[in-house]
Amino acid sequence: MKAYLILEDGHVFEGEHFGAEKEIISEFVFNTSMTGYLEVLTDPSYAGQSVVMTYPLIGNYGVCLDDQESVEPFVSGFVVNELARLGSHFRKDIDLEDYLIEHDIPGIQGIDTRFLTKLIRNQGCMNGMITTHQYEIKDIIDKIKVFRVSNVVDQTTCDKPYTLGSGNIHIALYDFGAKRNIARELVKRGCEVTVFPAHTKASEIIDKYDGVMLSNGPGDPSECQDIIEELKILSSTNMPVFAICLGHQLMALAHGVKTEKMKYGHHGANHPVKDLDTDRVYISTQNHNYVIKEDSIDKNLIQVWFKNVNDGTVEGLKYINKNIKTVQFHPEACSGPLDTSYLFDEFLKMIGGKNNG
Amino acid sequence: MARDLSIKKVLVIGSGPIIIGQAAEFDYAGTQACRALKEEGIEVVLINSNPATIMTDKDIADKVYIEPLEVSVVKELIKKEKPDSILPTLGGQNALNIAMALADEGFLKEQHVRTIGTSTDTIKLAEDRLEFKTLMENINEPCAASIVVNHVDEALDFAEKIGYPVVVRPAYTLGGTGGGIANNKGELHDICSNGLRLSRVSQCLIERCIAGWKEIEYEVMRDGHGNCISVCNMENLDPVGVHTGDSIVVAPSQTLSDKEYQMLRSSALHIITALDIKGGCNVQFALNPNSFEYCVIEVNPRVSRSSALASKATGYPIAKLAAKIALGYTLDEIINVVTGKTYASYEPTLDYIVCKIPKWPFDKFVDASRKLGTQMKATGEVMSICNNFEGALMKALRSLEQNIYDLHIQEVDDLSKEQLREKLKDIDDHRIFVVAESLRREISIEEIHELTKIDVWFIDKIKHLVEVEKRIKKEELTIDLLKLAKRLEFPDRVIAKYINQPEEKIHQLRKQNNILAVYKTVDTCAAEFDASTPYYYSIHGGYNEIDIQNNRKKIMVLGSGPIRIGQGIEFDYCSVHCVWALKKKGYDTIIVNNNPETVSTDFDIADRLYFEPLTKEDVENIVDIEKPDGAIVQFGGQTAIKLTKALMEMGVKILGTSADDVDAAEDRERFDEILEKCHIDRPRGSTVFTSEEAIKVANELGYPVLVRPSYVLGGAGMEIALNDGDIKKFMKIINRQYQEHPILIDKYLSGKEVEVDAICDCDGVLIPGIMEHIERAGVHSGDSISVYPPQKIKSKIKEVIVDYTKRLAKALHVIGLINIQFIVYEDQVYVIEVNPRSSRTIPYISKVTDIPIVDVATHVIMGESIKQQGYEYGLAKEKETIAVKMPVFSFEKIKGAEISLGPEMKSTGEVLGISKNFDEAIYKAFMGTGIHLPKKKNVICTIKDSSKEEFLPIAKQYYMFGYDLYSTKGTYKYLKEHGVPVHLVNRINEKKNTLFDLMLSDTIDLVIDIPTRNSNLKDGFLIRRFAVEAGIPIYTSLDTAQALINCLEKKHSKKVSLIDITKL
Repeated sequence: MKAYLILEDGHVFEGEHFGAEKEIISEFVFNTSMTGYLEVLTDPSYAGQSVVMTYPLIGNYGVCLDDQESVEPFVSGFVVNELARLGSHFRKDIDLEDYLIEHDIPGIQGIDTRFLTKLIRNQGCMNGMITTHQYEIKDIIDKIKVFRVSNVVDQTTCDKPYTLGSGNIHIALYDFGAKRNIARELVKRGCEVTVFPAHTKASEIIDKYDGVMLSNGPGDPSECQDIIEELKILSSTNMPVFAICLGHQLMALAHGVKTEKMKYGHHGANHPVKDLDTDRVYISTQNHNYVIKEDSIDKNLIQVWFKNVNDGTVEGLKYINKNIKTVQFHPEACSGPLDTSYLFDEFLKMIGGKNNG
Repeated sequence: MARDLSIKKVLVIGSGPIIIGQAAEFDYAGTQACRALKEEGIEVVLINSNPATIMTDKDIADKVYIEPLEVSVVKELIKKEKPDSILPTLGGQNALNIAMALADEGFLKEQHVRTIGTSTDTIKLAEDRLEFKTLMENINEPCAASIVVNHVDEALDFAEKIGYPVVVRPAYTLGGTGGGIANNKGELHDICSNGLRLSRVSQCLIERCIAGWKEIEYEVMRDGHGNCISVCNMENLDPVGVHTGDSIVVAPSQTLSDKEYQMLRSSALHIITALDIKGGCNVQFALNPNSFEYCVIEVNPRVSRSSALASKATGYPIAKLAAKIALGYTLDEIINVVTGKTYASYEPTLDYIVCKIPKWPFDKFVDASRKLGTQMKATGEVMSICNNFEGALMKALRSLEQNIYDLHIQEVDDLSKEQLREKLKDIDDHRIFVVAESLRREISIEEIHELTKIDVWFIDKIKHLVEVEKRIKKEELTIDLLKLAKRLEFPDRVIAKYINQPEEKIHQLRKQNNILAVYKTVDTCAAEFDASTPYYYSIHGGYNEIDIQNNRKKIMVLGSGPIRIGQGIEFDYCSVHCVWALKKKGYDTIIVNNNPETVSTDFDIADRLYFEPLTKEDVENIVDIEKPDGAIVQFGGQTAIKLTKALMEMGVKILGTSADDVDAAEDRERFDEILEKCHIDRPRGSTVFTSEEAIKVANELGYPVLVRPSYVLGGAGMEIALNDGDIKKFMKIINRQYQEHPILIDKYLSGKEVEVDAICDCDGVLIPGIMEHIERAGVHSGDSISVYPPQKIKSKIKEVIVDYTKRLAKALHVIGLINIQFIVYEDQVYVIEVNPRSSRTIPYISKVTDIPIVDVATHVIMGESIKQQGYEYGLAKEKETIAVKMPVFSFEKIKGAEISLGPEMKSTGEVLGISKNFDEAIYKAFMGTGIHLPKKKNVICTIKDSSKEEFLPIAKQYYMFGYDLYSTKGTYKYLKEHGVPVHLVNRINEKKNTLFDLMLSDTIDLVIDIPTRNSNLKDGFLIRRFAVEAGIPIYTSLDTAQALINCLEKKHSKKVSLIDITKL
């Protein structure tokens, strides 16, 4: 069946439909990872967005359900050059197309994803629609333009707290749309992790846990005012805090730092970040459309910890005289390189003392 | 960290001659690295024995020594040039071995020379099987169960314990020389004893056989500060068991999930960190297809064939970066020139698929075993880029120039279903065709997977191609179907063949429906950043990215495709120099080529690089977009020449010698007319089609006669026939393939061969130098020792040669280069071959005569006369320095290959010996090929009857020099009767004291075997193979044997003079 991808700038791509039979409007971003399409699909940070994979062959190894980064995929739609007709892997549970059908996600294939990527790169993230209906552009374009990603944290966070793992170190994990591997990395290191919904009051956590982990998540961080307020309270204590991605942005906002939307964001598994203390460079997974405005940082309160080697954007912060460290990139990887997973060890060092390793 | 300013003068060691396992990739790496060093103001001293390389040009390094790559020579060079540092990781295994020997002896320390980049300690750690294994154990990186042995018994004991099959890998050898898989005690005994002999340190690794696992490679980099990245990973379509150099390889990996991809990536980075690599490194893994279990197979702590492939696959210049890292830079300090926005610490990401297919020499060695295993056999490779796997595979297949355009070859198509099932178990160069044909016969993917262990993903892709093929044949060719076929890169000619229509019809149909190739950019970043790299590949379906915004004149230069016997790195040298000359003149240059190992496919050589097959359709697609003002075909060997007519038909102006004149030189009848007009003699001969005609002509001419197809390269299919029986046999072989052109039968003259390369403009001819061959006519010029300036040619003859060259150039209207081969026989000069194009001798003659031949010829082609360029017409003044070009063979890698020399070229590479003294020049050339004589002063001589008389004085020379001669009955009797003391040794089929026993005794310096041509005697063949496999030098021409003893007699010390060719 023919399918169409209509962008808000009027570009229309004709391709072939796959996945769920459904029409969607969302923001469109591209991801440059060559592997890990399932992890991308199930990364809650993509809520409200459709993802264009720049690697042309997707689905080669099917879907292994254990590799999901959340209970279900959160992307709105999926755009690929070629969907594999046969997924080959010893761990494969189902083929990718069946997975998308099961989760009601539409896809389009057979389009020039490189050309599409260049459009997004040059014009910035755009809204678009995936449909099998042949619309008159003028009839639909306003509807596409009006779309906004909002309240996505509420869609992706958990309903109620739950606990994973066991051990002497008790971590509270704020779930803003957390990837599963954050908790896994902590559990692997002997922690008992209690996962809390995004709107949990700081008071429920303060002094009850050894450390707080703030997760990644979708959307515009400045929308999350109530969470920011709680984080202000949380950071006034001396609790060790480690934050990733949206968590990093929210903590910065809680300290008066400003964020801004990037043109097309960072979405891939090959971004070099540099630890300014050691000058060491690590390759990281990234998935963000918003970034810290460096000139809004009060240098007396906050020290820039990591920077992106390519564009110099802020990739990590250390809070002076506080036990708080945050990073923009994803040390939990999945997909992507494991180079920065040592940061979870650093977090446990921040907590100190009680390591039962 | 910034550049280490104490590094001021660096010695770079090259990799020597092209042999199987070590092709043009090191010229690419070395050239890139030298340029990177010079960019930093470093004085670069280069040593490489291979004169056909670009890196040995005087504008690449400051001081260039084309000298034997021997420890003793490098020592002298270090004493002479006093570099402060040495960079050994760019010249392959040869350079590493030399650097390690120098370090081990304490020589580097003594001379205050340090190793920059990866240290010799690290190299040792990575290369020594035992040390490496211990390190892997210490850092918890799994290796296959293995043991390092120095004796065969230890290997047998170990295999008894872990069970067969086991893999044997000799330490410190190239391309896995001497290795193999042993299925039982007998095989292990044979392979292991051979491997121990070939190993520099008499060491072999015996390991658990993991054949059938996935073979995955990572190209990784690390700087002095510990920052690491993975540049590219690659997956072999052929599972573990086939040498990666002989495997079909794709990048990036296709069947790995992120979990495995990252697991192996982390492992690779972990390993290079533990090894303290500073530069590029290749890590090979075997991955169990049914679990997360993996083994580290091998680590190469240097640039390699794989790193060249990874560089071209990603656009990331590994060798350049390795050089910068050696100078102290960190990855985050070096800008990625492709994007200009990112840094070298950014991992490339691909938005296309790369496919590499090896180029094997089985067409040259028809009797050799085509079986593929751990011993690499390919001489070169092609790479293709597409946005789908099927397309990449189809493009790579036709890039091989084997007249194969789809997944069909006759001998496989003819097999029965049962034969196919059997054949699936064989691992050889036909496997991909066998898989395709099996799918056509409805053998299931699962069954094929069971038999081959090839991942079902790949098999399914081949199945997709087979299905589309079937649809084209069965269904109506709709526009949608045509679009699909083109997306999968079925060429027009194949689609036309399937539906029995002329190719032109498909072409028209495509044009009418706008089904055209478009071009995409290789940019390292999957379009995330704006990149302006002029590096393109085609796809069908999508938007075009080419946007040319200049109005300079556009010239297209066609490259020479994969490295093969007869068409090697020389033609890349010529293509690159042509592009450089054009750029210097302000032209907008386009290069088309598909060889990932070469300098020409580096993206900063031409203004635009098209990484594409060199076929009519693929070139036409580029022509349609570029509309070049002209094309130059004379530098890309036969590959480019073959496209001349097609280019003309596309309306592209051929610059330089016209297509018609090229044809006149190759068409026998036209050429004979020209010779007659010029009053030039050639050996008498005639053209024939059938065996009967051939026999008739041969008898008229009188035997011996030379038999060969027209329009061939490197003497392909050329043979000397002595009788009617030979003629029948050769005609049958030649006619195995359809011959469009007649077969040539010529009188064979056993004279001296002389060769000339000349540059011609409208007014005259510049001959940079005349070359004289040591071996008499009958040995292919590429396999002959060639001497410049000639030592044994009378000036009267030289005058004739110069005169003939002028006449021929004029008659053929040559504009640019011409190569002419002469025979001087009884003081008469005969022309045997004329090639109105560049030849394999151009690079070396350019270097030793100091006339940049390609540069001058390119200027001539573009309209500037020789005189205007400041050169005189005629024969250039001969230099005092004598240069001897000597062929290098790779016979030990090709089991079953006949090694005796003849009119068909067999050498894979060459070395040069330069000296003011002829004997030293030839001595150095022998040294460059790895000959270190005398050692134990024993020589085996087996000489055919008709040559015994001629051999006698040579035998005496060897004897007088102190050699003990060993011969079997015939030669023994002859020598003894003529007063040369000689030992009798039994023929190979006797019980004891045989030639084989003698060769195994490790006391033989040399075998001189002058075989009876084309006899069916198996003995001679076995002796020659045995010598090659035992690593004993063997010569099959009396002239070579003579040249060797002459120079040994005169060369009294092993010390050699060193000549900086930039000062010639």
